[in-house]
Amino acid sequence: MTYETQPAAGHEMIRLVDVHKEFDGETVLDRINLSIAKNEFVTLLGPSGCGKTTTLRIIGGFETPTAGDVLFDGQRINDIPAYQRKVNTVFQRYALFPHLNVYDNIAFGLRIAKKDAKDIREKVTSALELVELRGFEKRSVSSLSGGQQQRVAIARAVVNEPKVLLLDEPLAALDLKLRKEMQLELKNMQKQLGITFVFVTHDQEEALTMSDTVVVMKEGVIHQIGSPISIYNEPRNIFVADFIGESVILPGTYLEHCLVTFAGQKFVCVDTDFAPGESVDVVIRPEDVDITEEPSEGALRLKVTSVVFKGVHYEMLADGEDGQEWMIHSTTMAPEGQIIGVSIKPDNIHLMKKSASLEGAAVQ
Amino acid sequence: MKRNWSLYPYVIWMVLFTIVPILMVFYYSITAGEGGFNLTLSHYARVFEPLYLTVIWRSIRLALISTAVCFLMGYPVAMILANSPEKQQFSLIVLFVVPMWMNFLARTYAWMSLLETNGVVNMILGLFGIRPIAMLYTSGAVVLGMVYNYLPFMVFPIYTVLRKLDPSLVEAAEDLGANPARTFLRVIFPLSLPGVLSGITMVFMPSVTTFAISQLLGGGQFTLIGNLIEQQYLRTYDWGFGSALSIILMVIILISMGLISRSDAYGEGGGLL
Repeated sequence: MTYETQPAAGHEMIRLVDVHKEFDGETVLDRINLSIAKNEFVTLLGPSGCGKTTTLRIIGGFETPTAGDVLFDGQRINDIPAYQRKVNTVFQRYALFPHLNVYDNIAFGLRIAKKDAKDIREKVTSALELVELRGFEKRSVSSLSGGQQQRVAIARAVVNEPKVLLLDEPLAALDLKLRKEMQLELKNMQKQLGITFVFVTHDQEEALTMSDTVVVMKEGVIHQIGSPISIYNEPRNIFVADFIGESVILPGTYLEHCLVTFAGQKFVCVDTDFAPGESVDVVIRPEDVDITEEPSEGALRLKVTSVVFKGVHYEMLADGEDGQEWMIHSTTMAPEGQIIGVSIKPDNIHLMKKSASLEGAAVQ
Repeated sequence: MKRNWSLYPYVIWMVLFTIVPILMVFYYSITAGEGGFNLTLSHYARVFEPLYLTVIWRSIRLALISTAVCFLMGYPVAMILANSPEKQQFSLIVLFVVPMWMNFLARTYAWMSLLETNGVVNMILGLFGIRPIAMLYTSGAVVLGMVYNYLPFMVFPIYTVLRKLDPSLVEAAEDLGANPARTFLRVIFPLSLPGVLSGITMVFMPSVTTFAISQLLGGGQFTLIGNLIEQQYLRTYDWGFGSALSIILMVIILISMGLISRSDAYGEGGGLL
């Protein structure tokens, strides 16, 4: 098994070197290598139990790695306690102090740092402005809505002007609409403040929307690091392809330069780095399957088995002659039971090295 | 409103055994005893004689001292309990509760034989050539008895609050730059106040009313308000004066409970109150 690595970024803020973590003999992080650049918005993405929160807690100083090093601005910080690190965290359940009002919650870190009163007042006020909570100073935190509490948690962290802000699924408890708003607000805030964000989520859409770099994790292993576009368009293995967005994954064989066969047909593709005769996994996104006007014009003939209206498009399931199920997103609707022809453009056919199975699909 | 019949036994019990007796005590305290109904405040006037004021002040002082000692000893114990692993917590709690299975008087008698001039403690000191120290029948012995008997009432409410404390709040404080001492002072302690307040109430109340501990370990030299009341009822048969003292004691407790509930930081309620 090889592990995903990544070249050093511009100005490196955080670097994890072969970080390994065990709880009671059970491995939760397996040789994590990750470089986070200054002002980068990095998202750790994966299903629950993939080790993303543990990675964040190691950066924050709440867990110590069993092996490996954590570098902050070039310095090894493994043994630096959380309260001496120049990072701040927005906790999953916000962790606001219930005995303090909004103002005192936000001022907490500044008071610990012994800033003078005038300075504290100015900074807290501008933090409140940033999260649009002016006038809430004297309110008790328990009287706030979930979204407002979340803003206070963000203000409490950013008011300390950390070099890195860690966010542990901060939007998980919000309803869909508010979550979408906050995604954009957080992204703007990150640009405005110019600090590095390390964001943890299990929501792939959230990760794609907000990040400069997405780190896809599963079972303590990093499967892919890349921009949202590259993660979506060029998944490295079945797990990433399946986890990010919808996709049809088919077994295929690479024939020769830019020619691949799957589903009983030959297709022209754009991938070149495979050997002739090599078995590959083919990823097709549902929106990349084009329905032809006449069934005979298509490269493949499918029989529609279900149609669901999704608003912008129809989501159709269709069976191929070989029994393979396809998912198609299209603005034209074909009724259930109809035979349709489909074609796929060469640059919409993505080939991946063959993995043994979906389970345990680390980079082979 | 719907009548809740299941409450009735409790209401009857309260009226018969709490409200009626309190009214009777109040009645005795304002009447002059023999021969019909003679209203008087003479019993209350007596309470304010210097002799009795000394006793009241001594009761409050010793109760305050033992409450303070219980707090200083109990808080660290509660913290250790709350921070120890789940499995250990149970056995530690049992360790704390086991002495309470023994009768209160038996426990206090045991201290007598430990502390007396020919007692166990002095015997051990004797082995090192130290001459016997008079420990029994001192105010220290009375405080010791109170602390020994009431310490669990301080530990458990604090332990309960600390155990329920969200660990992410402690992490948040650390995250914001607070070292362990600051985290304790600014987050853990303020959040444990409800437990501290009910602990204080649960130690102060029995300490200020006790008569057994002061009698056994104080040897009658440290008359507390509880002893005084006991004497009026069982020896001098001055029920009027005894009742006046009881009412004064009730007022003292009510005032101190009022003060405590006022300082209840953010209205979480202190368990008892």
